[in-house]
Amino acid sequence: MSLYNNHTGSRAGKTARNAVIVVLLLLFALATLFPIYFMVMSSFGDPVEAGAVSYSLWPSSFTLDSYKFFFDYSEYSYRWILNSTIVAGAVTITNVFFATMAGYAFSKLRFKGRGLLFSILLAAMMIPYQVTQVPLYILIVNTFQIENSYSALILPGLVTVYNIFLAKQFMSSIPTEIMESAKVEGCSQLQIFFRIIMPLSKTVMAVIAILTFMDSWNTFFWPFLVTNTMDMQTIQVGLKNFRFANTTYFSPMMAGATISAVPMFILFFSLQRYFLEGVTVGAVKG
Amino acid sequence: MAQPAQSAKKRKIKGDGVWGYAFIAVALIVYAMFTAYPVLSAFIISFQEYKPLGSTYIGFDNYTATLKDDLFWKSIKNTLVYTVLTVPVALLLSFLVAIMILPLRKKLQAVFKAVYYLPVVASGVALSLVWLWIFDPMPGGIFNQFIGWFGAHNQNWLGASATAMFSLVIMAWLSSHGASIIIYLAALLGIDDSYYEAADLDGASFLQKLWHIVIPSLKPTTLFLLVTAVIGSFQVFQNAYLMTGGGPDHATTMVGLLIFDNAFKYFEFGKAAAQSLILALIIALVSLFQFKFLGKDVDY
Repeated sequence: MSLYNNHTGSRAGKTARNAVIVVLLLLFALATLFPIYFMVMSSFGDPVEAGAVSYSLWPSSFTLDSYKFFFDYSEYSYRWILNSTIVAGAVTITNVFFATMAGYAFSKLRFKGRGLLFSILLAAMMIPYQVTQVPLYILIVNTFQIENSYSALILPGLVTVYNIFLAKQFMSSIPTEIMESAKVEGCSQLQIFFRIIMPLSKTVMAVIAILTFMDSWNTFFWPFLVTNTMDMQTIQVGLKNFRFANTTYFSPMMAGATISAVPMFILFFSLQRYFLEGVTVGAVKG
Repeated sequence: MAQPAQSAKKRKIKGDGVWGYAFIAVALIVYAMFTAYPVLSAFIISFQEYKPLGSTYIGFDNYTATLKDDLFWKSIKNTLVYTVLTVPVALLLSFLVAIMILPLRKKLQAVFKAVYYLPVVASGVALSLVWLWIFDPMPGGIFNQFIGWFGAHNQNWLGASATAMFSLVIMAWLSSHGASIIIYLAALLGIDDSYYEAADLDGASFLQKLWHIVIPSLKPTTLFLLVTAVIGSFQVFQNAYLMTGGGPDHATTMVGLLIFDNAFKYFEFGKAAAQSLILALIIALVSLFQFKFLGKDVDY
């Protein structure tokens, strides 16, 4: 019936086996979750220098002073969160819209060079980002001279090949007949896209939105390279600056880390289905 | 693609060619500007000594200098060591966990999937800060306390060249399996029950079924995960940058970090570009190698 034998109907045997499995899985889960637990738990400690701290696995005190310490470090610390939200929000909207459009064209419309263009796009996924990093930096900073601006943070990520790929994969399962009958009814391509394709693609649009928002929120190096004043930095860059300026303040550092991570935890727990779906959509039969 | 189907499709959606180009226009412009142009530009820069006001062409000097550079080879070696230590272990762990999750009830499956995926969602900067403290060299450091239970002595984990790389590896073992567990589980659920039924009739044991049905069926998945993990691992440098800075004594200088340093610490753009293209070539060769030798009997 399945991979696991059924112990010829013995319920006790099956229960015992599953109990052993759950214990093993819990142990591994413990190791996986420990850093996150340690981070959140320690963030409620007193904001004193590390020399005076002894790490414990249980909270010895509960105070929000370390959060206050983190926010007091820079007058722009709230701005970092705002910047991250603005950049991630903008990139998410453009990706959902343009990747869905391109995915639709690549999966359902016929035009000359379609296959070739799509292969050229896909080839880019093989190129390590170290290759584009330097020229992109020169382009944004020297050529366009838009260093330290929202444009610099947003433009290179307007729409990614990976998202186009996700959209195309998903849309190839939408039956072409639907579009054909819409055409017979006199729908234009724009109407087909907005009235038929987009409503049918809500799942993949949600997946793209969530993965893009998370990537953008968590990204560190690009904002680190193109921002040079505190008021334009994102939360990840701010957190890194805080760390190098306050190397011994353990609890405030954990408070900062928690602040940068918790929005994604909330997003994950409320929209788990789409996160996990996003993982498999791209992987199964590429 | 079959010929009749193709021509039928062509007939049906005739006249939509213009719309096709319109729908991909923005994507193509973004791609041309921020991917294609930078790649071409990287080739040009790699033959130059970069100066903001007029670079000079110096032929293959950046490449020959790189190939003669001991630090470059050390960084390649470090990257290889890191990849070999992390990728197979992470894949094996993911496979075992997925196998163990499989017989559980749907609800419990969902809980474990979420739990294991959680570190993937957390920001890399945040995680690196936490691990920095877990590896605190003082006797009170969490990891030192942990090994103390087993009678081992304090280590200066990230600060000594003997243990720095290993510390990064441990961190990867415990935070890089979220996605592969979910992908493996999806593939396991996709194996047709009739295989197991036939095996049951022959009286096959759990291990026999694992060996003869599951492992061959999951080969495409394993190959996919392996290739993507190796590609990712060759570019890894954020943790090294944030936690060790590549030290001590370049023990954790990955090739990605070396390129970053050359570009944005020493502003040797030409050298960085040449090294990044060598890295791209290595990644392409390694991927090709994996497909050729591991993908022999995998059909897509």
